[in-house]
Amino acid sequence: MNRATTREASSGSQPSPIVTGRVLRGRNFSLLVQPRALLVIGILLAVAVLLALIGLTQGKVAVPLGDIIPAIFGNGERKHVLALGLRMPRVVAALTAGAALGVSGAVFQSVSNNALGSPDVIGLTTGAASGAITQIVLFDAGPVQVMLAALAGGVGTALAIYLLSLKGGVTGGYRLVLIGLGVGALLGSYNSLLMVRGQVEQAVSANIWIAGSLDGRQWTQVLPVLIGTIIVVPITILLARRATLVEMGDDIASQLGVRAEPTRRWLIFCGVALAALATAAVGPIAFIALSAPQIARRLSQARGLSIVPAALMGSCLLLGADVVSQAIPTATTLPIGQVTGLIGGIYLAWLLTRSKQL
Amino acid sequence: MWLVVAAVVLVALLPVSVLVGEVPITAQQAWDAYFHFDPLVTEHLLVRNVRVPRTIIAVIVGAALGASGVIIQALTRNPLAEPGLLGVNAGATFAVACGIAIFQYQALTAGLVFGFLGSGLAGAAVYLLGGVRQGAGPVRLVLAGSALSVVLLAATRIVIINSDEQVFNRFRSWTVGSLEGRGPDLLLPTGLAVLAGLLICFALANSLDASALGADLSRSLGAHPGRVLSAAALVVMLMCGAATAAVGPISFVGLTAPHLGRQIVGLNHRKLIPATALLAAVIVLAADIAGRLVVSSGEISVGIMIGFIGAPVFIGIVRRRKLAQL
Repeated sequence: MNRATTREASSGSQPSPIVTGRVLRGRNFSLLVQPRALLVIGILLAVAVLLALIGLTQGKVAVPLGDIIPAIFGNGERKHVLALGLRMPRVVAALTAGAALGVSGAVFQSVSNNALGSPDVIGLTTGAASGAITQIVLFDAGPVQVMLAALAGGVGTALAIYLLSLKGGVTGGYRLVLIGLGVGALLGSYNSLLMVRGQVEQAVSANIWIAGSLDGRQWTQVLPVLIGTIIVVPITILLARRATLVEMGDDIASQLGVRAEPTRRWLIFCGVALAALATAAVGPIAFIALSAPQIARRLSQARGLSIVPAALMGSCLLLGADVVSQAIPTATTLPIGQVTGLIGGIYLAWLLTRSKQL
Repeated sequence: MWLVVAAVVLVALLPVSVLVGEVPITAQQAWDAYFHFDPLVTEHLLVRNVRVPRTIIAVIVGAALGASGVIIQALTRNPLAEPGLLGVNAGATFAVACGIAIFQYQALTAGLVFGFLGSGLAGAAVYLLGGVRQGAGPVRLVLAGSALSVVLLAATRIVIINSDEQVFNRFRSWTVGSLEGRGPDLLLPTGLAVLAGLLICFALANSLDASALGADLSRSLGAHPGRVLSAAALVVMLMCGAATAAVGPISFVGLTAPHLGRQIVGLNHRKLIPATALLAAVIVLAADIAGRLVVSSGEISVGIMIGFIGAPVFIGIVRRRKLAQL
């Protein structure tokens, strides 16, 4: 009929294999190794390290590459030590929050079986924002209280959504997402109400929090997300195989010996913890949870839930956005949460103009 | 059955919306405003210039959001899709933010012009970027819409954060979606756009039933997926753009009203489109009235009230029944 038809037909004639990569077998174990995924992980790791070095060297006080390691331990020129004292928490916050968001997005897309699924869609970011805005607008609180309130808001919202979607001990991905949308809308209304009716000064600072920022992070704000990421991400890696089976549906998963509901509960718990920690530390960051798993999956061509590429992609995206926005010499304030949105959106649009097949 | 109830509720709410508000109006005054009009009586002016137009606009906007929600969900075959996905909300938001921050307009009608311009331009950009004319599928259209939305909303935030408090103050009241002060000059453009959109919707209903089965099956049923897609995308942009320009971004109705509609009438689009339009109109009008009642001074805008009222109802329905899957 038209070109689109023939294209679909030709791509359909060459089905790609269901299991990619090769299997290493030992006496008591077997391991599926995907060379392409390993390559992607290696490249992303290198990019992350490179970005971190750029992030540590650039700024008003340029620190030479060789002075970084001594300066971290307090040796070297005093201005270098001071500069790194400010930059280390920022770089660590970007790396860990990015990884946490990437993994959280991958987990939620797997649980909801929907490429649009992300912690934002099920209202988690809105819940964190509710906590933060309440502190800022109603109580005019400091950064640490705001962080704790955001954490509590995010986790509390997720818990409410999970409990509301329980029915006969089962959540079901679809109901979970719908309930999440409902709760998210409710909290969104509450947030808007505070923003519209609150004092202008407080509403302005709440607006800055909502935009998401890495400016002036201190270790007290960064440590929770750092520790949380180190603990929770390995758990999700252990869960990934089972999650891939649960994606095929509860019935098939249980036939294959995976209990769907406990797996889903653990996955949701991990995803929520990661997203809430990241949001509490740096504020809502657009787009990373949604796009990092998708981009990572396209690059590594892996099937099912793959955690490590998503985590590294999230780190690279967030840190990259921060490095870029600091390098642009402008008088305007560029909140990191919005820069990720700009870059991610433009990248996606560019991809669309290039690719014929979507 | 439920539809009859919804229709009765809508008819009952119309007079309530005219009479209720910060300045209460009696039925006699409302009647006189049209049949014994006296330009010196404040209540008469209020009825003719504020209450009646705002009531009609609430119904129009609700119907537009509901119907375009059905279309976008059918088009993308994704129950999480909402009309704003095609970028028109973000376009209007960005244009209004720039209008307030850079051009510093004062009149409400200027805001409408910016809203229409922004949603129109964003819609056109998504249409081109989505490759509708080259025969690309709905996935690319949605991706184009969300890419542009993300870019525009980020740009909006950056504009607002770099402006002074006054700009923020005016922008924050636009961005929650409000019917306050929407006058008669709005009726004609919004009404015509939405009417045209609804007519195209009904014309598309059969093809949408087919396209809900996927491109290949619908083609074998004699539908033209490409044409349906481009017409449906245009209609969503037209209706959602008009609604957003008129009252600001309201997202929850377009997302959830189709779920309620499907629950009541099923998946047949010839029934689903009018049913959802009706339900959405009831929701918007009821939320607007409630927003005028709950606070003693001023009002809470309709976008906020929709969340407060609609969300618990929606959650209750999701919990009580098994929602029809797409």
